[in-house]
Amino acid sequence: MSAVAVERASRTNVLSRVWAFVKHHILTVYSILFFVYLLLPIAVVVVFSFNNPPGKFNYTWNAFTWDNWLHWDAVPGIRSSIVLSLQIALIASIVATALGTLIALALVRYGFRGRATTNILIFLPLSTPEIVLGASLLTLFLNLSFIRVQFGFWTILIAHIMFCISFAVVTVKARLVGFDRHLEEAAMDLGANEWTTFRKVTLPLIAPAILAALLLCFAISIDDFVVTYFNSGSEVTFPLFVWGAARIGAPPQVNVIGTAIFLIAVTLMLVNVLIQMRREKRGLA
Amino acid sequence: MFHRHRGLTPYLLLAPGVLFLTVFFLVPLGFLAYQSLESGNIDFGYTFTWSWSNYSDAIHNYRAQFIRSITYAGIATLLALVISYPVAYWIAFRGGRWKNLLLLFIVAPFFVTYLIRTLAWETILSDNGFVVNTLQTLHVLGPSGRLLATSTAVVTGITYNFLPFMALPLYVSLEQIDGRLIEAAEDLYASKLQAFLRVTFPLSLPGVVAGTLLTFIPAAGDFINAQLLGSPDNHMIGNVIQSKFLELTDYPAAAAMSFILMAGILVAVFLYARLVGTEQLTGTAG
Repeated sequence: MSAVAVERASRTNVLSRVWAFVKHHILTVYSILFFVYLLLPIAVVVVFSFNNPPGKFNYTWNAFTWDNWLHWDAVPGIRSSIVLSLQIALIASIVATALGTLIALALVRYGFRGRATTNILIFLPLSTPEIVLGASLLTLFLNLSFIRVQFGFWTILIAHIMFCISFAVVTVKARLVGFDRHLEEAAMDLGANEWTTFRKVTLPLIAPAILAALLLCFAISIDDFVVTYFNSGSEVTFPLFVWGAARIGAPPQVNVIGTAIFLIAVTLMLVNVLIQMRREKRGLA
Repeated sequence: MFHRHRGLTPYLLLAPGVLFLTVFFLVPLGFLAYQSLESGNIDFGYTFTWSWSNYSDAIHNYRAQFIRSITYAGIATLLALVISYPVAYWIAFRGGRWKNLLLLFIVAPFFVTYLIRTLAWETILSDNGFVVNTLQTLHVLGPSGRLLATSTAVVTGITYNFLPFMALPLYVSLEQIDGRLIEAAEDLYASKLQAFLRVTFPLSLPGVVAGTLLTFIPAAGDFINAQLLGSPDNHMIGNVIQSKFLELTDYPAAAAMSFILMAGILVAVFLYARLVGTEQLTGTAG
């Protein structure tokens, strides 16, 4: 190789390395800015939970105080709204996950007439805007002539189970698709009947997906505003409380609850992520 | 793989959930359709009269709100795509063992109640906030200029609120790309840009499509951002449906509008489905 060629090669090598370096860091810097943007509103929520607002609007920083945290339920209605949200989320996530898991089992395990239609039925609620879900359920409740529907706990619960089922199906299905069927066949070969196999082999293996579905449904339920707004009557869930409060200036206690929900959720997820990372590390070692 | 001989089992497994969805999702849609063709008012009752005029009136009277919904949702979806693609790429190819942690950051906004994070934007964009002050100092905004109650604020809110729906599918599709394909392109003398445009980007298209749908659908039906961050001039069709249903009790008109919204979105979804295949779209492969 001639000296010129070597020099040219090394120059392009240097240039491409510089270019790679710049590109690498542009992307990194951009990503950091992106995360600042993504986390900024969350920081605002947390910071303003410690604010002592100058007037009824909690928009401008005035003074630091622990009061909002110590007296988180000082605002009338906030405690009962949280209790209702928790009750609904708990029952809705359990029922929706149970129904969703059964559907997922049927869809992945069996070929049957109507499988494609069922897939569409599961997919439709996910692709329908929430406002249409809420409005159509309201129309149903208003037009049931044979019973007078009392809007409140039950209508909210029905609504939440309805929009959670599809999420549960999708979550559990994802796990079932990658499932090693040989494990079940082995159990059957060893004399276990279908039910024992399901209980002793299938269920433990899909348990993480069921737990994930439960948590997802719980999170979606506790955060839902639109569908609930249409079907709540005079009952108030936490998001509805925030909506009502926002019209007259949301008290800092709203930020306290928002921060608390955020911290609980993030802690749960962090623990999960750290366990995964440790497992991966151990897998590599 | 399938046990075709066990005839009844799948139906027994399906029955409770499918029954629930039928009674509380499909039947209500039927009621909504029925209501949308009624005429009358809340005091004297509604009667079914095939009044298609509810539809034409809705489009005629609320054309601006329909167009605004599509425009705002479209711009927000595009912004979300442009903003989050590089980050999804960065996490997928450079994330290493921090991937899961970075993904946790991406979904972090979802852990703050939807309404509360929208109120946070109200604080950020408020008239005495640092964003408005900075823009005024830079003369981007006039001395009395504001961000709240503008379409900018509404689009900002929508973009932010649905961003994770865009970023996650983008990440998933980028993560699945076999790095050797990109190496192969470079071995065959493609520049980095060419390799990206002709290998990486096309392979990430399923994520782009899924993210676009997941962002656009809720965005088009949203009314919270317009309500909290906008003025009545920024109201979207969701605001009209909401007030017609819950404040004005003009059910037939509201039902007709809901159907127009849903039909518009379904048409968009099925056009996408034709492009990419339903199995990919609904995640029903396998």
